[in-house]
Amino acid sequence: MKVIKIDKSQWSQGLEKLRNSFRLFGPVKEKAFHNFQELAAGQAPELDYQNTRLSPKSLVFPQSELMFNYSLDKEDPECNILKEAEKDYGDRAIIGIRPCDAKALSLVKMNFNNDQYEDPYWLNLYNATTFVGLACDAPCSTCFCTTAGCGPYHEEGLDVLLAEREDHFIAKVLTDKGVRLLESAGWPQASDDEAALEKAKAVAEEKIVAKIETDSLAAADTMALHSADFWEDISFACINCGTCTFSCPTCWCFDIQDEVYRKKGVRMRNWDSCMFPIFTVHTTGHNPRDTKLARVRQRFMHKLKYFVDKYEKGIMCVGCGRCVRQCPVNIDIRKVSALMNSLGSEAKCAVQGS
Amino acid sequence: MAIASQQSTERTRPREEFVENPYLPYPVRIDDITVESEDRNLKTFKFIFINKDDEAQFVYRAGQFAELSIAGVGEIPIGIASSPVEKGFIKFTINKAGVVTSHLHNMQVGDVMGVRGPLGNWYPWDLLEGKNVLIVGGGFAFTTLRSSIIYMLDPANRDKFKNITVVYGARSPNMLLYRDELIEWEKRDDINMHITVDGTDDPDWKYNVGFVPPITEQKAPEGDVDSYAIVCGPPVMIKFTQPVLEKLGYDHDHIILSLENRMKCGIGMCGRCGIGRELVCKDGPVFTLSQVNQTPREY
Repeated sequence: MKVIKIDKSQWSQGLEKLRNSFRLFGPVKEKAFHNFQELAAGQAPELDYQNTRLSPKSLVFPQSELMFNYSLDKEDPECNILKEAEKDYGDRAIIGIRPCDAKALSLVKMNFNNDQYEDPYWLNLYNATTFVGLACDAPCSTCFCTTAGCGPYHEEGLDVLLAEREDHFIAKVLTDKGVRLLESAGWPQASDDEAALEKAKAVAEEKIVAKIETDSLAAADTMALHSADFWEDISFACINCGTCTFSCPTCWCFDIQDEVYRKKGVRMRNWDSCMFPIFTVHTTGHNPRDTKLARVRQRFMHKLKYFVDKYEKGIMCVGCGRCVRQCPVNIDIRKVSALMNSLGSEAKCAVQGS
Repeated sequence: MAIASQQSTERTRPREEFVENPYLPYPVRIDDITVESEDRNLKTFKFIFINKDDEAQFVYRAGQFAELSIAGVGEIPIGIASSPVEKGFIKFTINKAGVVTSHLHNMQVGDVMGVRGPLGNWYPWDLLEGKNVLIVGGGFAFTTLRSSIIYMLDPANRDKFKNITVVYGARSPNMLLYRDELIEWEKRDDINMHITVDGTDDPDWKYNVGFVPPITEQKAPEGDVDSYAIVCGPPVMIKFTQPVLEKLGYDHDHIILSLENRMKCGIGMCGRCGIGRELVCKDGPVFTLSQVNQTPREY
C-alpha cells in the first residue's frame, strides 16, 4: 500500500472533515496522564505521549456495557423478556493508537470470534472502527514489544500507520478502510518515501532494549509449568489488586450482571479479573483457584502458555509494559516468562539428550 | 400500512447486517414443576418455548447444558435433563443453592423466563455407537445421564448400543431423582439397573445399600476396548470411582466425565471456566479422564 505525506498545516482541517463520516477518538491529556476519549468538535488528538496509562481496549470493549433491557412490570405483556439494547455501530475512528495496542486488539479478536461463536458487542464495535496508528519513535524503558511479536512500527490491526515528523506526518495506508478514511479527510495525497519509513522503523526498533524470552514456551510441558516451584516466589508479593489485568490491552475477562431499579432492569457486562477470588468460586463455596498463587499462575499461564498452545500465534502479550510499570509490588512478566521459558528449554534439552 | 412496514424494516435491517446475539435467551414459560427430593431442594422445571421457531432452533444432544436466565436476577448453567427424543418441551432439575436457583425455586407455573443454549459439547454418541455403555451417577448429577438413558432406550436408538448398565445412588430412597422412571427401567431387560442408597430404614427397600464406588465394583461389567463409562457425581464419588473403574479395566480414554465450573457467558468468551487451555463451557463440559489428566485440575 502507498505511503503519503500529510502536512501538519492540513491536519486539523482534515480531522474536521472526517467528522462528517466518523466519530473520532484519540488520546487526550487528563491531569497527569493521557487517556483515550471521544474527541469533541474542534478537539485534536494529543499525540505528544509515549503510551497511555490505560490501554484503549475500552473503545471496543467498554469497561461496563449494556446488553439488554427488560421490564419487570407484571402489567407489561413483555414482562421478563430481554430486549437488545440500542447500539451505535456507526463508523468511528481511533486516531493515534499505538501499534502495540492495535495488535493487542487483533489478539483479543481471536477470543471474541472463536470457532463456534461470535461476540456481537465486541465484533460490531471493532468492525465499525478504523484504526489510525501512531508509530513510536521514543519508547518507554519498559517497552519490550520487539520480542513480543510486535514493534514500534508494527502494522497488524491498523488501517493506517502514521509517523510524526516535525512539520508533517508520514502515513502508510494499510487497508481499504484506511483508504476510505484518508479520502474522507481530503488530505492532499502527496506520496512520500517508503524507504525513509523503513529506515525510521529500524532506528525505532533499535531503541527497544528490554526483552521477553518466549522461544521455549510452546515446547514446555503444561503440567510441569503448572506444578513448577517458582510460582510461590512469583506470587509471594502479589496483593491481587487487579491493576495488571485492568491496564492490560490483551486481558478480556468479563462478568455479566443484572441490575434493577423499580420495575425496569438491565443486563450488563463489566470487566472482571482472574486476580479476584470470586471470579471462579462455585456456589458450594469450593474455589478451584482458591489461593493467590493459583490466580497469579493462571494469569501468566494463560498469557504465556495456554494462549500460545491454543492459537499458535505467539504469546498473549504485546510488550506494552503497562503491567510492569504499574504493578505496586514490581511483579515483572519478563522475569516470569524467563523462568517459564528456562523450564521449557530444560525440557527441550532433555528430549534432545535422550 | 406502508409506513408500518417501512418502520419495521428500518428497525430490523441493521440487526441482519450485524452478528447475531448468542447472549439473548429464548423466552420460555414454566409449564410444570415437580418436587424431586424429600428435602424439597431439588425441583424439575419443564419449560415450553413461547415462540415455536425458537424450539426448532434449540437442537441439542444428551450431555449439553443451557443457561437459565431470569430477568433481574441472572443466569445459571444447568445440564439439560430432558432428552433430544422428547419433543415439545425442555426440562432441568435444579438444586436450590445460590441466588438464581433460590429465586427459581420460588417461581410458579406460568411464569416467564429465558433459556440460552444449547451450550457445550455432549457425550460422544458417535463413538459410543456399537459399544457397551456403563453409566455411573450420584446425587443430583443424574440429569444429563437421564437425558442419555432416555436417548439410548428410544426404540430408534436402542439397537445402536450393546449392553447398557446404570449404577445410580443417592443418600436415601427419597433423594433419588426420577424415581418412577428408575423403577420402570429396573423392570426392563434391555438395561441393567443398579440403584443404591447410602442408607435407609425402609424395610421394603429392595435395591442396593452402599456407596456408589463399591456398588460399581460389585455390579459393573469389566471394561474393554468396546466399553465406555460415563461418570457424573459429586467430586468425592468421582474420586473413589476412578480406581474402581481402573480395576475393572476401563482405560482413561474410555472414562467420560462432565465437569462443572463457575460460568457466565457459556460460549467461551468471558474467561472464568478455563482449565488450562480448555474452557469447560465451550470445549467441555464433557472430557475423557485422559484429557483431564493433561489439564490443571482447576475445577
